[in-house]
Amino acid sequence: MNDWTLGHLADPAQYQQAIDVAGQDVATLLTQLQMMLRIRLAERCLAEGRRDGLIGGPVHLGVGQEAVAVGVAAELRKTDRVFGAHRSHSHVLSMGSSLHRLFAEILGKDTGLSRGMGGSMHLWDQPNGFYGSVPIVSGTVPLAVGAALAAKMQGGGDVGVSYLGDGAAEEGVVHESLNLARMLKAPAIFVVENNLFASHMHISLRQPKEATARFAAANDIPYEIVDGNDVVKVRAAASRLIDRARAGHGPGFLEAITYRWYGHVDWREDIDVGVNRSAEEVEAWRKRDPVARLAAGLQALGLIAADHLEAMEAKIADEVAEAWALAQSDAYPPLSALTSRVFAVAGVAQ
Amino acid sequence: MNGTRYNYGTAMRAAFEYLLENYPEVFVIGQGLWSPWYVGNSMTDLDKKFGAHRVIDTPVSESACTGAAVGAALAGMKPIVVHPRMDFMLYAMDAVVNQAAKWSHMVGGQAAPGLTIRTIINRGGEQGAQHSQALHAWFAHVPGLRVVTPATVADARDLLIASVLCPDPVIFIDDRWLYDLEDDLPPVIECSLASERPKCLRTGADLTIVASGFSTRLAMQAAEQLQQQGVSAEVIDLRVLNPFYPDTIIASVTKTGRLLVVDGGWSPCGMAGEVIACVVERVALDALMKSPARVTLPFSPAPTSRVLEKAYYPTSAVVVSQSLKLMDKVC
Repeated sequence: MNDWTLGHLADPAQYQQAIDVAGQDVATLLTQLQMMLRIRLAERCLAEGRRDGLIGGPVHLGVGQEAVAVGVAAELRKTDRVFGAHRSHSHVLSMGSSLHRLFAEILGKDTGLSRGMGGSMHLWDQPNGFYGSVPIVSGTVPLAVGAALAAKMQGGGDVGVSYLGDGAAEEGVVHESLNLARMLKAPAIFVVENNLFASHMHISLRQPKEATARFAAANDIPYEIVDGNDVVKVRAAASRLIDRARAGHGPGFLEAITYRWYGHVDWREDIDVGVNRSAEEVEAWRKRDPVARLAAGLQALGLIAADHLEAMEAKIADEVAEAWALAQSDAYPPLSALTSRVFAVAGVAQ
Repeated sequence: MNGTRYNYGTAMRAAFEYLLENYPEVFVIGQGLWSPWYVGNSMTDLDKKFGAHRVIDTPVSESACTGAAVGAALAGMKPIVVHPRMDFMLYAMDAVVNQAAKWSHMVGGQAAPGLTIRTIINRGGEQGAQHSQALHAWFAHVPGLRVVTPATVADARDLLIASVLCPDPVIFIDDRWLYDLEDDLPPVIECSLASERPKCLRTGADLTIVASGFSTRLAMQAAEQLQQQGVSAEVIDLRVLNPFYPDTIIASVTKTGRLLVVDGGWSPCGMAGEVIACVVERVALDALMKSPARVTLPFSPAPTSRVLEKAYYPTSAVVVSQSLKLMDKVC
């Protein structure tokens, strides 16, 4: 790894086997499996809703990447400060947000997480620790550092979390943020979901090396690089970095290698517009499925029966359908919302 | 007037001191905060009094520092970012324009980053195009940013305090050409920034001169000189450019019939044009005795060579001559 290539971690033919769950808490694993299924079925629902024209704006889907957010969130609490980006449905749901309110937001409804003012790309659920997501690549990275700095000043042992992609690592402010977090010893956790693509472009066409953790090393920040499709490995690495940050030892950097099954935006696979993205590769990555691998790991040790798994999936499918129907029937924001939310205190220009 | 003697710079220092003393959630972050080289006398020894953890001199990272302040504000702090020169702040435009300004609207009014960005106009001295800009009109163009341009010693202190206590993002722009202004100030009384309006600094009957920041100083000097020539000029200081409340100006122009706007920025899409547009949209058609006029910078970047620089920046003499033109008097 010291040459900053990802090697077998980026090879979909590797890591297809069941996840080793020996010694793990079974109830936690079942909760994680449930959460990953909830995220996956929710995003499938969004893909269909977008395809069928029910959703007016773009949705950036992260199917295939569920283990990253779920593994990290297992180490977080509601008073932590999580920031996301354009592909953040998994991030917000993993913090315990309501499916109905996420759907309502994406449909532009007043009941949505951002009261219908944000859509898929501007999600907010601060009461659950999700401070916000925005589509400007790397836009929230310094915000997470600042929220972490605030946590340090406030003294509660909370952390700031910045979810970013491998593409964001090409933005200048990320490097400023890493240096600043390190110099201020801010308890900021940078979580790079390295899915090998930024929009249509493979990482090999954008960076000389595949591992973005080299930027953590350059800034003297401890890092871990893991199989992002293994929720147990993600959680273990997150735990080490987050514990260290909570204890006052400064930032950490977690690089999770994963892959998105859909294209950059909406429901298509983007084989046609992707550069270095093939149907074969997508198919291979589907076999490195974070959900199926956890289920297989549980089944291998007899911790979940096949019919129990089916029942779990059916129940979540019902929840998703119910939330989707409810969100569709909700009201849109009042027209006054066009100008009434610009400032926190009254005083809009006459 | 009784009170404590301040100049424009020490008045801001008094504001910092007041805020750091009374509000534990206030901290200051930016480059040069431990050095008078960057911030003049406006922050002397604050780091020593309140600690380097609350007055943070940073790496050379305008973008990350500004973004970090946005994030800290969302997490309940009241940060003040200092950009000792506005030109360098352009590195931070995503944090300012995309993030801070839009946050409240984007999240349905459920959260707002109440940070203050203090940025300094620091020009003259043959510093040239990248050490001279006054971009207040840019920021005033963006919904969600409050833009404050103190022109007096009192406003340098009191509007800085009001900006930091305001729950919205505020761009507070001070001007090094004002640092020698002196005044006696009473003890601090907190005010709400959202309630602050343009202020009439000098009443007059013949002509209304509107300005902000350093231009207000020019306008006041010009009004003095005009008085000696028998012209009574009313001077209105804008103080807060966004949100912009033109009522005071409309009332004044309705009275005087003549409007001159002095602005330290460029003309196209600028603050002077905005003031004039607001007035002509709202005053009665027959209230204007002359077409409004404006004094702004030439539409070019700041020069370095002293001869060009001298011609570049408007003076009170230019304001006087433009005023006399509006009065149909030859200067």
